Amino acid sequence: MLNAKIPAGNLDDKWVDYKGHCKLVNPANKRKMEVIVVGTGLAGASAAASLGELGYKVKAFCFQDSPRRAHSIAAQGGINAAKNYQNDGDSVFRLFYDTIKGGDYRAREANVHRLAEVSANIIDQCVAQGVPFAREYGGLLSNRSFGGTQVQRTFYAAGQTGQQLLIGAYQALERQVALGNVTMYSRHEMLDVVKIDGKAKGIIARNLVSGELERHFGYAVLLCTGGYGNVFYLSTNAMGSNVTAAWKAHKQGAYFANPCFTQIHPTCIPVSGDHQSKLTLMSESLRNDGRIWVPKKQNDTRKANEIPEEERDYYLERRYPAFGNLVPRDVASRAAKERCDAGYGVGTSKQAVYLDYAAAIERYGKTEVGKKGLSNVPHEEIIALGKEVVKEKYGNLFDMYAKITGENPYEVPMRIYPAVHYTMGGLWVDYELQTTVPGLYALGEANFSDHGANRLGASALMQGLADGYFVVPYTIGNNLADEIYNAPIPTSHPAFDEAEKAVAERIQTLKNINGKQSVESFHKRLGKIIWNECGMSRSEAGLKKAIADVQALKKEFWSDVRIPGEINEYNPELDKANRVADFIELGELMCVDALNRNESCGGHFREEYQTPDGEALRDDENFMYVAAWETTGEHQWQLHKEELKYEVIKPSQRNYK
Amino acid sequence: MSHNTMNLKLKVWRQKNANTAGAFKTYEVNDISDEMSFLEMLDVLNEKLIVTGDEPIAFDHDCREGICGMCSLYIDGKPHGPWQANTTCQLHMRAFKDGDTITIEPWRSNAFPIVKDLTVDRGAFDRIIQAGGYVSVNTGNAVDGNSLPIEKDKADAAFAAAMCIGCGACVAACKNSSAMLFLSAKVSHLALLPQGDPERKSRVLNMVAQMDKEGFGSCTNTGACEAACPKEISIANIARLNKEYLRAGLTVE
Repeated sequence: MLNAKIPAGNLDDKWVDYKGHCKLVNPANKRKMEVIVVGTGLAGASAAASLGELGYKVKAFCFQDSPRRAHSIAAQGGINAAKNYQNDGDSVFRLFYDTIKGGDYRAREANVHRLAEVSANIIDQCVAQGVPFAREYGGLLSNRSFGGTQVQRTFYAAGQTGQQLLIGAYQALERQVALGNVTMYSRHEMLDVVKIDGKAKGIIARNLVSGELERHFGYAVLLCTGGYGNVFYLSTNAMGSNVTAAWKAHKQGAYFANPCFTQIHPTCIPVSGDHQSKLTLMSESLRNDGRIWVPKKQNDTRKANEIPEEERDYYLERRYPAFGNLVPRDVASRAAKERCDAGYGVGTSKQAVYLDYAAAIERYGKTEVGKKGLSNVPHEEIIALGKEVVKEKYGNLFDMYAKITGENPYEVPMRIYPAVHYTMGGLWVDYELQTTVPGLYALGEANFSDHGANRLGASALMQGLADGYFVVPYTIGNNLADEIYNAPIPTSHPAFDEAEKAVAERIQTLKNINGKQSVESFHKRLGKIIWNECGMSRSEAGLKKAIADVQALKKEFWSDVRIPGEINEYNPELDKANRVADFIELGELMCVDALNRNESCGGHFREEYQTPDGEALRDDENFMYVAAWETTGEHQWQLHKEELKYEVIKPSQRNYK
Repeated sequence: MSHNTMNLKLKVWRQKNANTAGAFKTYEVNDISDEMSFLEMLDVLNEKLIVTGDEPIAFDHDCREGICGMCSLYIDGKPHGPWQANTTCQLHMRAFKDGDTITIEPWRSNAFPIVKDLTVDRGAFDRIIQAGGYVSVNTGNAVDGNSLPIEKDKADAAFAAAMCIGCGACVAACKNSSAMLFLSAKVSHLALLPQGDPERKSRVLNMVAQMDKEGFGSCTNTGACEAACPKEISIANIARLNKEYLRAGLTVE
């Protein structure tokens, strides 16, 4: 059994006690200590900035041309915080409870409670940085609802909340760069962790412009490198998002936890053809006002506007009257798949459902009429007023939809379908966010700890910033306090020689294959295998087939991939090849994990384990654990378990009816 | 949705690196669906180049949903191509028709050196932010978020300026390669908010000094930047920047 080093005491007191008793590093020593931060999204930028402010010498790395581009920027809907500004019954406990329940009782209580505790500080910090959150006319912060909750606790900046939060963290990071506390390495990719005496003491990074390999020493290495959703090829992730840093850590001994816990987001723009390179999310906030439906008749070919009200099936409202369109993501996605598989899908592909704003536009129009004290207003004018309101709330999302599909969502219902969006699994970390390799940490989406088997909307931003601003600045000190006695290690140390040599050899091997197929074509094939067999629903037979298919694909990749260009130059195909090689290995582990977990929970739905009405059927007796995998050889992993103890919440069948 | 396919000729800028001279090269792509995005069309071309043993075209891109600011491309003489308020990654092929010749160039500015082909180095923007594009508040210093009410109109205006994605289209569109729209968006975002007030003077002076140092040109108010901006950042921000600059210059100690 793995030990998560959760502090003793009452759940409410654990974090307070921890902070009160953890070891500290004095300012003079901090100045002498280098820390490496890989990734500059919300977790990485906030960690690098905060550690820089504390006085550590930080080296931050990102593969993009600027730290501001990290994919946190694309988060749309919002960030949760237990502020209870709306007086609607929110509290730290309720946010904690909703997150545990939303995660289908597969998250660690102590971590989630800490997340809920610091959530309010995050909002304060961001406001202080000048993040322009949405406000009410009285000048105070505005909130909205999100899936899986019954309170309004989501703070937002139109449909660009991730952008605004990331720019806040990025600016804090650039301030530390200007002050000399952080050195920024853009267009750099981490290609290995360097371990000395069992501890992470540095990395090998590739300068993506020159192709040179670089050695960097650090007393600790923080991986803030996001999730692995791109293993599916088509996902809402950015094209460059990858698992490489986390996978290299895994190969160096860090356990990978719950890799099969992936989130399929219910509201994305459907696939339009084979050329498709990525999928675009339409924020979950659209489910606040939009109504989801399909025709009651199978294979209905009429246009949406021609289908009368009584012939529409608002299936979420029908199946889940208490939460309606605001059920959690896993539930909403499966319900959409169920309808489409049963022949009720819409659009040319029949793999889509409608998200309709007509009712919301009319309702808002009437409210505006009331506010303005108008009477005898013609219907068209009510609609026009309603459209204005919807435009203010969701304008950028509607524009995005129109650009991609060429349709006007103010006039016709949007067509949506589930797509891969987030990965709850990730590197196993203890309470301090340290992996099983001492000195190696994982923050944000890169770790597994807070979202269990399903993440609630507006909680990813919260977790990334919690880890970076408010958790790791404390927990890292507790470990670095013991490192002050150790002198910095020069990068001429044999461990660096060896690591660099291994990385160089792998690159050379890839380049030398000189086969016939592009990296992209392998990635597409991998994505199809994983999507079909380890996507929205999984089965024993399918997973076994997928494992064999992925193993065969790996063999083919390493004998027939073609990488044009040179090693020592800017070569995006080479960068991609390094990443896809790792995705292939991870894909296999995901299937291994999904096969091992003989239950359904959250985003992990095994066809063999469901209730009579098609809901996920958990098996708490046998699977109330975190599955943490240790790599032991080619295609081989050893399972380690962390038992999940629910001391405060009593797990029950999730019910959103 | 019905869709059509088209055959196109592409004139693409190829350049090995910053130290090598570049040139246009012409390619043909066939059976391009009008449902594809512009970058997916380039993916198709690159796939063809790779399997035929040629070198693919390097271009920056990441989120492919118009928010990260990584994509660039000067398409038929316009940054981000023919559509208004749009990034290259959001441009779709229905903007073109069968038989078109499309010219694709990188951002052109001395302050954005070429990395390879269509990829440029926009590090100058990061350095401008480093010169003062932030509020100096360390983690943990903050008071309750609602202790500082901010007029909705001001908060909305600050947000409109903060929407800048730092792509550099404004620089590429400007005949002088001025970075005034980018800079003014950040100065406005922070000048409109009370949080930005304590550093208002030093911020604008330092950021303008850094912009000049990076080799961007001067602003002559042609408005080309605003027309090309994918996020419709208004040139009213440049007027505010000038006001802030003048105010800081006149009252500096």
